[in-house]
Amino acid sequence: MLLADARSLCPHLRTAPSDPLGDLAFLENLAVWARRWGPWSALDPPDGVLVDVTEVAHLFGGEKAMLEEAQTVLGRQGLAARLAIAPTAGAAWALAHFGPERAVLRAEDDGAQRLSTLPVAALRLDPDILLLLRRLGLKRIGNLYDIGRDTLQRRFRTHRAPASNPLVRLDQLLGRVPEPLLPVAVTHAPLVQRRLMEPLRHRSLLDRVVEDLAEDMVRELEGRSEGARMLELGLWRVDGEAVIRQLEMAAATRDPAHIIRLFGRKLDDVDAGFGIELVRLRAPWCETLPLSQADFEAAVENHGTGLAACIDRLTVRLGKHAVRRPDPHASHLPERAQTWRGPLDKAVLQEEFAFHARPLKLLDRPEEIAVLYATPDGLPRRFRWRGAVHEILRVEGPERIAPEWWRERSSARLRDYYRIEDGQGRRYWIYRHGVMGDGRGQDRQGSAPQWYLQGLFA
Amino acid sequence: MNQIALNPDLAARWRSGLPLARHNEIFASSAEAGGAAMALALALDGMRAEGTDLNSSHDARNILWVQDKAAIRLAGRPYRPGFPPELRARLIHVAAKTPEDALFALEEGLRCRDLAFVIGEITGNPKALGFTVSRRLSVAAEKHGVPLFLIRLDARRDLSSARMRWEMHSIASPPSCWNAAAPGTASWQAELFRARAYRQGEWILRDDGKHLAAHSPAAAQKDHGDLADASGDGSLAQKSTSA
Repeated sequence: MLLADARSLCPHLRTAPSDPLGDLAFLENLAVWARRWGPWSALDPPDGVLVDVTEVAHLFGGEKAMLEEAQTVLGRQGLAARLAIAPTAGAAWALAHFGPERAVLRAEDDGAQRLSTLPVAALRLDPDILLLLRRLGLKRIGNLYDIGRDTLQRRFRTHRAPASNPLVRLDQLLGRVPEPLLPVAVTHAPLVQRRLMEPLRHRSLLDRVVEDLAEDMVRELEGRSEGARMLELGLWRVDGEAVIRQLEMAAATRDPAHIIRLFGRKLDDVDAGFGIELVRLRAPWCETLPLSQADFEAAVENHGTGLAACIDRLTVRLGKHAVRRPDPHASHLPERAQTWRGPLDKAVLQEEFAFHARPLKLLDRPEEIAVLYATPDGLPRRFRWRGAVHEILRVEGPERIAPEWWRERSSARLRDYYRIEDGQGRRYWIYRHGVMGDGRGQDRQGSAPQWYLQGLFA
Repeated sequence: MNQIALNPDLAARWRSGLPLARHNEIFASSAEAGGAAMALALALDGMRAEGTDLNSSHDARNILWVQDKAAIRLAGRPYRPGFPPELRARLIHVAAKTPEDALFALEEGLRCRDLAFVIGEITGNPKALGFTVSRRLSVAAEKHGVPLFLIRLDARRDLSSARMRWEMHSIASPPSCWNAAAPGTASWQAELFRARAYRQGEWILRDDGKHLAAHSPAAAQKDHGDLADASGDGSLAQKSTSA
């Protein structure tokens, strides 16, 4: 029906433009925020959110209490919500849409029997399949049990997509086949949280809470004899925003002081808004870290920090890619002969190439220089670099490095490297890019080669 | 020690093989890698003086190399194949955006017991590198025993608490044994213009991979070719003439 027709029927009609993108963005925000009830959540467009609350409900005082709390909190935000908990995502969806208010289906309940009275629409099927089922006289999920699996299989064998195959949907509903929404191998990350009586608005109080959480987390990790490689601190605000701060450590750690120190810097820019009501620390990535004797030396302070702790402090402030270690790489091209890896990662290559003479420093980009030399391939005599003229007194070269034809274009030019010393004893590594008349280069004409300065010698 | 420092005639003259201070500054031009090379040579010499051998596999300590953005742009990044072989596998490089970040990284590095030494490269005279910060670095280096070699690229001689301050530039190398036209062993002229335990002076430094040779500039006038003398020859000769 057109809007004009509707208005003619009902002149008091109030309209609002729909905003699908805005709705989706809001739903995404809500899904992140809904992680306050469980570490994992997924979108169910257009109007649903799935949260994995496995082994979390006891933190909220049971499933019933958890749903009630969720209802109130969502209601406070002005959202009308239908909630359900079930062992599978499909069953939870069915109960939330067509079941009783705040239904809880436990793993030990008889799911097939509880769900049999729901309409077939609860199976999340496409509208044309629903129409077909209605014409076949199959109205409730229980009707599907009665006609038998092989009948359904025969009727819908050409329908591959789960949304158009009632049998697949039925199996997903009852947990007989996995549904890709849910992680196949479930790992339970250690999780500690504090729900606060009074929303936090000040940094000092937040630090105190983080300290408590770090100590709880360390106790938790100690029990599993693991150390955390990654930590995730979630702060849920009263006004429905969630702030997540992640931290990755260079080595597994179980030291509360270290964790607190690293988070201290990460929390500088947190906006508390009207207050933070829930703080949670989670360790999504753990590694085995055996229990060890506590440091009995009087003061670690005096002996300095370990390397892993030092690297953590550097990466937290400077970023992960600022702290790296050079690694040899099997290539003759100077800039490719060195790659970078994390400071504590294992070396990749066992053996490295031996070169004749290589500079101590390499410029990130070779800088173009103007060189006076005897064409076509004489020794360089004088060059201009960064506005200064350098007389070349000593030269060694050329060292010819051919392009790597297996990965470069056929127009890539060779390089002739010269190790030079100028009149003031400064030593550089320069190269001539190509040879006159080699038929290569930008225009494939073999025009006059350019010179570059790439490295600085000791 | 203080009294000796106050009386320049009584202070010892530095030669290679004598212990270095924990906090050193080297003023160099960004148009050459001589500052970095001299810092490495001095660091290795200091380690030899302390009797630690980096070639042995027992010592797994790393070295930290911190550069600010301008230093990377002007003087390039450390290049592993060009490093002394015993340091190649030990290098950890920190690319800091600002001088503040670089100074923070230097201080954290000095507090780490698993580092053999720390090298920093800072361009110019940033505001962040005031006397207080330089004093913090000195204290951290002396407390934890990790030597710091701070290379000041294109900088003025400002106020600093470094215990030994050098100013260096490259000079023509001696002729190479095998190819007279090729550049020989890198040589640097270094002036020690402020030091607490040593007298001021000037040296010609040359690192041949096994030890650091230091001559006085006068003695270096004689052409030894590429043959490095035993360390300290030059300064001993000068001492005997002055005595």
